[in-house]
Amino acid sequence: MPARIQTEDFDIAAEIAALSAGRDDIGAVVTFTGLVRGGDITSLTLEHYPGMTERALAGIAAEANARWPLKASLIIHRVGTLMPGDRIVLVVTASKSRQAAFDAANFLMDYLKTDAPFWKREDRSDGSAQWVDARETDTSARDRWIKA
Amino acid sequence: MRILYFAWVRERTGTAEESVTPPDDVDTAARLADWLSERSAGHAAAFTDRSKLRLAINQEQAAFTDRVAANDEIAFFPPMTGG
Repeated sequence: MPARIQTEDFDIAAEIAALSAGRDDIGAVVTFTGLVRGGDITSLTLEHYPGMTERALAGIAAEANARWPLKASLIIHRVGTLMPGDRIVLVVTASKSRQAAFDAANFLMDYLKTDAPFWKREDRSDGSAQWVDARETDTSARDRWIKA
Repeated sequence: MRILYFAWVRERTGTAEESVTPPDDVDTAARLADWLSERSAGHAAAFTDRSKLRLAINQEQAAFTDRVAANDEIAFFPPMTGG
């Protein structure tokens, strides 16, 4: 499964087209796109751990492929400074029928939130800046996938 | 030993990366954190509350009880917030 870390934006339609080009074994494509929320946030800066990020994404993707019969998948995660409304992350999963694609996309996003070495800093309209705290709800969303 | 810091841990230590040679008895991540804390007030502040810190040894998530060795790459950072 390809995984890309990049500063530049991505084109969702072009990514789906590239992923499914020349194939007739894919019956379902699910995409998730994460956007920067606004409010009193003026910008969001994403930092990551080069090297470990690629390893972590490969590990998460391998786990998704072991659990679901995916035909193809893709993760794109942006880093650097983004503005409200900007796209941050894209997950694409493709399978023969929809359920595996939906479930695998959900799984990939839950693990991206908690187990890929990215950190977010919010800059606020009052001039302050704050590193975003990890949320317990994200950890419990990830943990529901852990097999007993 | 190559030490990396990310996010607010980097801001507190004042450095993203440093190369260190701790004494032989610094053989776990916890002991390494104790030893690094002595380097500056900023380092001490970064390592004060370890419940808020996570770490990786050679780019794999690890625990403070895990062993560290001379040629390891060790990173300290807050809980991850990807996605």
